[in-house]
Amino acid sequence: MLHKTPLGQVLGLGSARAGTGHFIAQRVTAIAGIPLVVFLIGFILVHRRASRAEIVASLENPVVAILLALTLINLLWHMRLGLQVVIEDYVHTPARKHLLLLLNIAFTAVMGISALYAILKMSFGL
Amino acid sequence: MAEFSLPRNSKVQPGKTWPKPQGKRLKDFRIYRWNPDDGQNPRIDTYTVDMDKCGPMVLDALIKIKNEQDPTLTFRRSCREGICGSCAMNIDGTNTLACLKSCAEVKGDVRIYPLPHMPVVKDLVPDLTRFYAQHRSIEPWLKTVTPEPQTEWRQSPDDRKHLDGLYECILCACCSTSCPSYWWNGDRYLGPAALLQAYRWLIDSRDEGTGERLDNLEDPFRLYRCHTIMNCAKACPKGLSPAKAIAEIKRMMVERRA
Repeated sequence: MLHKTPLGQVLGLGSARAGTGHFIAQRVTAIAGIPLVVFLIGFILVHRRASRAEIVASLENPVVAILLALTLINLLWHMRLGLQVVIEDYVHTPARKHLLLLLNIAFTAVMGISALYAILKMSFGL
Repeated sequence: MAEFSLPRNSKVQPGKTWPKPQGKRLKDFRIYRWNPDDGQNPRIDTYTVDMDKCGPMVLDALIKIKNEQDPTLTFRRSCREGICGSCAMNIDGTNTLACLKSCAEVKGDVRIYPLPHMPVVKDLVPDLTRFYAQHRSIEPWLKTVTPEPQTEWRQSPDDRKHLDGLYECILCACCSTSCPSYWWNGDRYLGPAALLQAYRWLIDSRDEGTGERLDNLEDPFRLYRCHTIMNCAKACPKGLSPAKAIAEIKRMMVERRA
């Protein structure tokens, strides 16, 4: 443990010259999420009592399939950014923090790929 | 993890109730006491003040208690008119200056604690070493490349207006110590006070260090730990908005990319 001066401690390892991309992405996905979530709620309401075959039939329409895929990518991306901030805010043990940050990325990736796979499969009528 | 409960040696205990004076308008002051030399936990002492014989502000009552009841009560104070920023403390649950907070504004007992989440030196005196180092780290002085003029750096009245709402900051630390993000990550997040000061130099028409200043702030912790909680603007006893200044810095960051 280095015993730095108070200013040395504050300056730390210097500025990461990063964070603005994260800030922009979080805002953009939040705004884009508004119409996309409206679409998602509509999609769910319309298919309340629908059978699998009816949902597959809806997803054969490319506009519906692409909108649904966009919604999921947008929401998962926004979730990853937000959870990353929560982890950085509250978890201060380096090993635990890095593990959770990696799990956050892995979880989002698995969810995203699975969702896209399901949408693609159904949109091809399978 | 962030610590949400106090360590055992910081748990606050009930303290001494000091003798009540005679009088009609009595008000109780429940004050945080901690002495680094006696090895005891912090405690809350209760003092009663006759408000008919006391000035209107919380600082008047503190000075009266120190003069007449308990000379060991320790707090910082200097100008008693909201200019020096020395008497910043947590009164009735809000960080503010004791000299600007009227006792009459507080319903019931006046509860007084040191500024939250800072190391305590004694009683109501927090250790602000890191807070001052954070201010120093944003290089709070004019940075220029143009050779120094023979007379003075000129600034138009319109350009000077951009510093209103920023230059009034007295670095009392009420805002930074009211910010939960600063509580959890004060070692890396600069906090609202230092960031408001940073913006004061970013928006100064005479300063030529803007790019370098933004480079030094562009960091997930230094700047982007601000989550727009707005406690800073609510706490500021001078009525300033550090949150707005931080939002302007973020806007500059986006602007230089797009």
